[in-house]
Amino acid sequence: MGIIKTNHVSYDYVRVNDEGVEEEKERALEDVSIDVYPGSFVAILGANGSGKSTLARHLNALLAPSEGTVWVDGMDTSKEENVFPVRREAGMVFQNPDNQIIAGIVEEDVAFGPENIGVPTKDIWKRVEEALEKTGMAAYRMHSPNRLSGGQKQRVAIAGTLAMHPKCIILDEPTAMLDPGGRREVIETVAELNEKEGVTVVLITHYMEEVVYADHVFVMQDGKLAMEGPPREIFSKVEELQKYKLGVPQITLLAHELRKSGLDIPEGILSEEELAEAICRLR
Amino acid sequence: MLKDITLGQFYPAESKIHALDPRVKLVGTLLYVVSLFLFHNLAGFLLATAFLFFLIHMSKVPVSYILRGLKAIFILMVITAIFNVLFTPGTTIVHVWKIRITWEGVRAAVFMFIRLTYLVMGTSLMTLTTTPTRLTDGMESLMAPLEKIHAPVHEVAMMMSIALRFIPLLVDETDKIMKAQMARGADFESGNFWRRAKSMVPILVPLFVSAFRRAGDLALAMEARCYQGGEGRTKMKPLVYGRNDGKAYAVLWIYFAAMILVRIFLNLPHVPLLGH
Repeated sequence: MGIIKTNHVSYDYVRVNDEGVEEEKERALEDVSIDVYPGSFVAILGANGSGKSTLARHLNALLAPSEGTVWVDGMDTSKEENVFPVRREAGMVFQNPDNQIIAGIVEEDVAFGPENIGVPTKDIWKRVEEALEKTGMAAYRMHSPNRLSGGQKQRVAIAGTLAMHPKCIILDEPTAMLDPGGRREVIETVAELNEKEGVTVVLITHYMEEVVYADHVFVMQDGKLAMEGPPREIFSKVEELQKYKLGVPQITLLAHELRKSGLDIPEGILSEEELAEAICRLR
Repeated sequence: MLKDITLGQFYPAESKIHALDPRVKLVGTLLYVVSLFLFHNLAGFLLATAFLFFLIHMSKVPVSYILRGLKAIFILMVITAIFNVLFTPGTTIVHVWKIRITWEGVRAAVFMFIRLTYLVMGTSLMTLTTTPTRLTDGMESLMAPLEKIHAPVHEVAMMMSIALRFIPLLVDETDKIMKAQMARGADFESGNFWRRAKSMVPILVPLFVSAFRRAGDLALAMEARCYQGGEGRTKMKPLVYGRNDGKAYAVLWIYFAAMILVRIFLNLPHVPLLGH
């Protein structure tokens, strides 16, 4: 079993009126089963309203499933006593960089998580230093978050979860509010953490370009799991992805169009180099 | 224009006063304010003055910075002085029509003026030499005994520090909303008071909406990072008294005792303040 496993999970958003009677029910997740192996980099793709953020919130017990079960490191997230242990194992980074930084100084914000779980003062300092080092933010430790760029703020948020020594990090559209430079900065930091530190990463996004780092991709549509597989396999189904309102990376699209017009180029091209090589091989 | 608002006007410098534990400074400010209402004569006044300027000198904060705080309450001080001059009974010096100025009135006005000035200078010195975070930490720690009667001390301190973090963000946002409304022809500058107040509504509504959304997001982020209130929480920077803090407490209490002694033994009620 993987570090995160969901078993036929469904979730309903319920609107309740003043008397506490159910007024409206909206199914946000429908029978989702995923399995994430320790040390892997998993991407969950989906257009707006596909249920990907709802799924993310299940993975660290911010939401409990209406049906089915979610296990994190073997713990059932719907059990009250597991809530905090689960959140410790599965750190979460949110979309808006401004709304998740709590303290007025970078190092104090990174310390917020360890403080909450009762880490002794001396160890907090060690953890903060480590986390800032790993995310490349050590030079900014005394800065005010208000003066950092969006990408830097997200790296502080990542450091904040790292300092809690989680087994995996869930990033809920961490780059949606960033410029292209900031997006690259954040994704590269995450990929490096996965590679060097072996932290399991679950990246939720609607940018296809960010998926190339992943080992495994889940595509969501209308609360259901629509596709699943390694990035190359997913990217080779250009038409299907477009049906789910997901744009493939330009280079993949170009390769796909070339192939359609009769050139012998493999499907699922992910980078410029690969395409150049494939074209060279044509002659 | 909104950027001019300063809160927690910390003046960064390296001085012994800056390095003191915030609790010492909070207690010290409280004692100093009390001591200001103890003196009734020249000796007490001189002692309070000497102590204040000794601290200002130690803190390396320019006096002009400390005097800045006075602007806000200048009118209040003038009104207080006028009332004191006019409505204190005693030996009349000037008597024109119905206005009677007494010797005691002038004396009370001068003392009240000095007291208010020193009060503002003393508290400014504290806020100028302590970062907002340390200040809230200090308050949390000093108020900790109140938790026994179920006062939400930790929660209030947490709220204060979050407010301090979000004020610049909300100020930025107000600026943005104003510009967006101005770009669509809103006019915030002309008209009488009521018109101008009314034109603020289209700024406040989106600002409140966004503040609530931010608060919701932040609560979620705090929960995701295992926040569960003050219980069982450790601190990265706990407040620990150092050697200088002990010395500072000693100096404070000696000063306070001196002020009390001056009041008891040098209390010569009819010694005129400014010579006669």
